[in-house]
Amino acid sequence: MGLVLLGDVIAGCAVSVAVAFENYSLGYNRNPAVMQLQTEIPQGSLTAIVGPNGAGKSTLLKGLTGSLPPLSGQVSFGSLESEDISYLPQQSEVDRSFPISVHELVAMGLWRHVGAFGRIGRSYKHKVQEALAAVGLTGFEKRAIGSLSGGQVQRALFARLLLQDSPLVLLDEPFNAIDANTTADLINVVKRWHGEGRTILAVLHDTEAVKAHFPQTLLLARELVAHGPTAEVLTAENQFRARQMCEACSGPPHTCTIHPS
Amino acid sequence: MIWELFFQPFADFGFMRRALLGCIAVSVGATPLGVFLMLRRMSLTGDAMAHAILPGAALGYLVAGLSLGAMTVGGLIAGMAVALASGYVTRMTALREDASLAAFYLISLALGVLIISTRGSNVDLMHVLFGSVLALDNAALTLLCAIASLSLIMLALFFRPLVLECADAQFLRSVSRLSALTHFIFLTLVVMNLVGGFHALGTLMAVGIMILPAAAARFWTGRIGTLILFAATIALLSSYSGLLLSYHYSLPTGPAIILVAGGFYIVSLVLGRQGSIVQQARSVRIAEI
Repeated sequence: MGLVLLGDVIAGCAVSVAVAFENYSLGYNRNPAVMQLQTEIPQGSLTAIVGPNGAGKSTLLKGLTGSLPPLSGQVSFGSLESEDISYLPQQSEVDRSFPISVHELVAMGLWRHVGAFGRIGRSYKHKVQEALAAVGLTGFEKRAIGSLSGGQVQRALFARLLLQDSPLVLLDEPFNAIDANTTADLINVVKRWHGEGRTILAVLHDTEAVKAHFPQTLLLARELVAHGPTAEVLTAENQFRARQMCEACSGPPHTCTIHPS
Repeated sequence: MIWELFFQPFADFGFMRRALLGCIAVSVGATPLGVFLMLRRMSLTGDAMAHAILPGAALGYLVAGLSLGAMTVGGLIAGMAVALASGYVTRMTALREDASLAAFYLISLALGVLIISTRGSNVDLMHVLFGSVLALDNAALTLLCAIASLSLIMLALFFRPLVLECADAQFLRSVSRLSALTHFIFLTLVVMNLVGGFHALGTLMAVGIMILPAAAARFWTGRIGTLILFAATIALLSSYSGLLLSYHYSLPTGPAIILVAGGFYIVSLVLGRQGSIVQQARSVRIAEI
């Protein structure tokens, strides 16, 4: 097992835990993609999940949403319920040819309040307007989602996340293939969430962005490599080790042995 | 003149009025579902399910002759079985949904034709394959109207989850447990409307009144509400003109209705306001300038 930097457990009890992994393993068809993860995400932290390709980063988020059951171990969410988690997948399955407007797409973030049958009244419409303004999409309400660029769709999806108003936000490569302006705006949205005390876990590739904006980092290479303050985790040595650990396990057919801890 | 051409057939003959009512019911109930099928790229799924109904209806026919109830129940069961089985096969095996659906419906279609032709006459086969809109009795009319009403009520109730299930199913799954239920209700409504439609237009044509108006409407509008309205209007106009054509020129009714709908589709394809041939050509010209 790798060295685990539990820098987060500063006071041990002063910071309450949003997500706790206990010997948590995830995978497809019995091939583990995440192995024996043992760490805790403090409440209100802004954490980047980084690691080489195939390190199990996206799988980890899928596990957190509950759509992928663990192979072993467990994850607990403290006081959070499953509906307190919002998730933006890497390749969002939004059918952009489907004829709905930006307003309609974004308003669905209010699902918890309006459900399948509730009316979207004036106060909710106002909330949608605010969310659109926060992501810089004011004036796009009536546009069909098919007429938006990739970056604008991502802005709309962030507006929907804003309305979901969840204490725990999971983002899977939210800034992938998106222009610099949009990325900067959306990072500001993420920082705003952080300021509001939400817990945010974001899978990211761009280590420069991580160093600049994410105080905490979880370095994953199927196993946990390091977890703690970004400056302590994203060292050249740790990143080299992560690459080696992933290469050792890659290439089909592979058998990953789970070491007894 | 106008009276004779457009209204007298319905004033003079009860069977024409019944046919019109039956077609109105099918048009109003089936076209909104057709719009969703089209938007979900499931138009061919509708076609496949329409064929899949045949052996069920045929078994009903085998048991009880040309009985409305038996054929309806048989068709419903067969349609749902094929829809669920192909969904199951897709999830459990390497086969894609289109291939598994094609496999199931081809088997169903062959089985259905086989059952009917061994036991019945060609007339019966024609009835099942092409419907008998000019011979709708009270029970059949009641069934068609009931199915149309139920479809509209369920669509009104489940409109939001259904739109979300189509536009972003992953999101719906993340916020609600309605996803699977919505999909199931949608498939059930499609099968019900196809079974209803097959009494009027036959198994081969029932899906036509579902898909063709929706496809035509897509060339005129991009909003889902207006899309449904346009599609239903086109279906109603097709039914009405198809019935008249079939009356005045002694044409088979089902094909006449579907061909008029096909005409609407072709005209829309060429002249429509959104993505039609003329419009694409014009935008290419603008791009060249």
